[in-house]
Amino acid sequence: MGLKALDYETLNENVKKVQYAVRGELYLRASELQKEGKKIIFTNVGNPHALGQKPLTFPRQVVALCQAPFLLDDPNVGLLFPADAIARAKHYLSLTSGGLGAYSDSRGIPGVRKEVAEFIERRDGYPSDPELIFLTDGASKGVMQILNCILRGQGDGILVPVPQYPLYSATISLLGGSLVPYYLEESANWGLDIDNLRESVAQARFKGITVRAMVIINPGNPTGQCLSEANLREILNFCYQENLVLLGDEVYQQNIYQDERPFISARKVLMDMGAPISKEVQLVSFHTVSKGYWGECGQRGGYFEMTNLSPQTVDEIYKIASIALSPNVPAQIFMGLMVNPLKPGDISYEQFVRESQGILESLRRRARLMTDGFNSCKNVVCNFTEGAMYSFPQIRLPPKAMEAAKKAGKVPDVFYCLKLLEATGISTVPGSGFGQKEGVFHLRTTILPAEEDMPAIMSSFKKFNDEFMDQYEDNWNHSRM
Amino acid sequence: MAPPVTVNSINPKVIECEYAVRGEIVILAQKLQEEITKKPEAHPFEEILYCNIGNPQSLGQQPITFFREVLALCDHPSLLDKSETKGLFSSDSIQRAGKILEQIPGRATGAYSHSQGIKGLRDTIAAGIEARDGFPADPNDIFLTDGASPAVHMMMQLLIRSEKDGILCPIPQYPLYSASIALHGGTLVPYYLDEATGWGLEVSDLKKQLETAKSKGIDVRALVVINPGNPTGQVLAEENQKEIVKFCKEEGLVLLADEVYQENVYVPEKKFHSFKKVSRSMGYGEKDIHLVSFQSVSKGYYGECGKRGGYMEITGFGADVREHIYKLASVNLCSNISGQILASLVMSPPKVGDESYESYTAERDGILSSLARRAKTLEDAFNKLEGVTCNKAEGAMYLFPRITLPEKAIKAAGEAKTAPDAFYCRRLLTETGIVFVPGSGFGQVPGTWHFRCTILPQEEKIPAVVTRLTDFHKRFMEEFSD
Repeated sequence: MGLKALDYETLNENVKKVQYAVRGELYLRASELQKEGKKIIFTNVGNPHALGQKPLTFPRQVVALCQAPFLLDDPNVGLLFPADAIARAKHYLSLTSGGLGAYSDSRGIPGVRKEVAEFIERRDGYPSDPELIFLTDGASKGVMQILNCILRGQGDGILVPVPQYPLYSATISLLGGSLVPYYLEESANWGLDIDNLRESVAQARFKGITVRAMVIINPGNPTGQCLSEANLREILNFCYQENLVLLGDEVYQQNIYQDERPFISARKVLMDMGAPISKEVQLVSFHTVSKGYWGECGQRGGYFEMTNLSPQTVDEIYKIASIALSPNVPAQIFMGLMVNPLKPGDISYEQFVRESQGILESLRRRARLMTDGFNSCKNVVCNFTEGAMYSFPQIRLPPKAMEAAKKAGKVPDVFYCLKLLEATGISTVPGSGFGQKEGVFHLRTTILPAEEDMPAIMSSFKKFNDEFMDQYEDNWNHSRM
Repeated sequence: MAPPVTVNSINPKVIECEYAVRGEIVILAQKLQEEITKKPEAHPFEEILYCNIGNPQSLGQQPITFFREVLALCDHPSLLDKSETKGLFSSDSIQRAGKILEQIPGRATGAYSHSQGIKGLRDTIAAGIEARDGFPADPNDIFLTDGASPAVHMMMQLLIRSEKDGILCPIPQYPLYSASIALHGGTLVPYYLDEATGWGLEVSDLKKQLETAKSKGIDVRALVVINPGNPTGQVLAEENQKEIVKFCKEEGLVLLADEVYQENVYVPEKKFHSFKKVSRSMGYGEKDIHLVSFQSVSKGYYGECGKRGGYMEITGFGADVREHIYKLASVNLCSNISGQILASLVMSPPKVGDESYESYTAERDGILSSLARRAKTLEDAFNKLEGVTCNKAEGAMYLFPRITLPEKAIKAAGEAKTAPDAFYCRRLLTETGIVFVPGSGFGQVPGTWHFRCTILPQEEKIPAVVTRLTDFHKRFMEEFSD
């Protein structure tokens, strides 16, 4: 064959530009080593069940019953399933249009969207409209849909925090838009400075970019910081003044490990601010069943809620959703169960609370363990994980290490992380995958390894790190903030 | 100041793309449904009969028991530790669930998997493909996706660099293709299926369309073939498939083979042959042809649309391209695990000797023979209508009758600012509650009109569909007779 229909040269350039380090070089190397028999601790993805976290019992019972409704007709079903799971399964099946195997409404099952709206109302104290809530195959799909809607081309920019979860950078590349970075301040607990924000926007506009939207990840990924109410007000005011859509990635809203800054939704603050802002600032909020204490990543369940988008825009978004026909139905049921949990008095309530609290309390302990563990290492500084599922320590690499990296043809943090992987089996994601200030290096790890394994993991890390630093240290000059 | 996101400032490709399967007529149907629910006498019919979408279980088709048993056990693995489970589940479903869970790291069905899908499940699917075709399949060529549709989008994303990139698509086609091409900013290069010869595909027409596109400066990258066809229902003859494969090889086109209806063949004289099998039987290997095959759990006899399970099998691409395909898949992390498991079950169902084999076979054959009967009944009914001709549905789930509308009707449609086929479908809906999709949603030879009707309403409802349709049609033709 003379002509090659699809080879590297003729691949869509935007695809070539996409980077997604979370499953990039480090992960691929870790997988190779695993195949060769090495024990790998995968801390590259927020994937709780892969590290031993057990699924909550009740939702699995309900979905299993929905999956096999013939069980509901069996007189012995009560031997295997509690009555409240049976009742809930019947409830969700009645909301579907033919069980789990039928395409639902392209926006998701109306009854589940109603449950989501009720959850939002209970959480925030303001009514929410189920018609403005779309269920998606994971929050990521929702983010991609919304960005696809907003971006017209290279001339459109999206403000994205640095460091960020690289779904944003990857999607913006894929869609041919422009990423406008705003830097979070590590020394101020990964805080957001409005002046920095203004500066980023001004620079972008100077380059001829129309800044269309701003992404906030709250709690942050990889950085873990929780925004205060004052922060959110500032941000909303900023969006109002600069005419930006606010994209609120709130998938970690149930992962909060300190009490000074509980989760507060962007929508609640927006509504609290009253007219005209509450009626004019456009907001899309994202949530998922993958995080929190549910950790049901493999189900691919999420939603987005739209505020202040015109009905015509909502219709266009619906049209695009309809091409994919419908989000997967089992995950929609997981979503319903997540937003409409068991109540005191329900048969399964106590077990559910025990399981949930167990997970959350352990996550809180692990957040502290990991932060302290990193801070005890040579040339490592780590902000506390206030929320989400990650630790993002700064690794101050000595100049000799950076030279060695250069010789090896690797970015310094990639070099470090590869060495870490080979020495200890700990698979992390280099900070360059998330973005960081020039010359400052980090790695991201999750706080998800089992609590009983944590001390060994942290000491294994410390041993590697301190030896690495001794090996490459030059006494004085190392990279610093 | 105008808000940042309005219909005037959103991505114009979003505005441009269309998807009639859930379009205007369906939105109206849902509205009418709500009205009947509130007030049963609101309309001259008791219920809406959705014949617009290949969604079998929404119309009463039952899932395959064995598949659901396995899925339930995988959803709640602690059932496998309980002795009571043996009393409620078949032994082979328990065994299969156990085997599948062994293939999942940590038995964690709630964890993100490998971005191509769980390796063990891909092994099973590859073995299933090999058993089907008689040629080897590599699990590394398989990408499990949330239904076949996301896999189609991925390929369009890879292939389309600008509006100068063209994709050859059958007309009529399933509008995922036109929508996806529009969304990715490419150009749809149509090739017309020949209604007079049972929706035949002539390679000479392919060549002609290719040349025309080239002369307009379009770089044609790929050829989409839907086999069995949607909406047209034809099953390609093997000879025809060979010509198509040869054409793609010679012209350097990627062959995108939508094979989601591979289990839906209703006529004894035709058989499904995968394009991979055909290519390999011609002696064409990885170096000769770029081939992508799409399969889904939504169709066949399993009809598990709501699960969003499917895969694409990609062969003939270089390692550097595959790296980028993997990378794209990884941004979304992975497809839903339950859908992955189901895809593996579909490609390796119960075998002779398995406890569930007989009940599985009875369920499968019951559904397929019923589909074949409904296809015939509706085909005959359409052919009896004045001005309507309908090709046989050899496969898939649809009929695509052609309607010759009287001038008066066409004029009335023009005045209502609707396409004539949409005009007919709208009237049909408001007078009978039956939902068809106008042919303009799929593409048709200009000046001809069609509509797509599924063969999915339950068998007991078919006579009612036929009666209502026939009566409506008679009235309509009388009203608009010249």
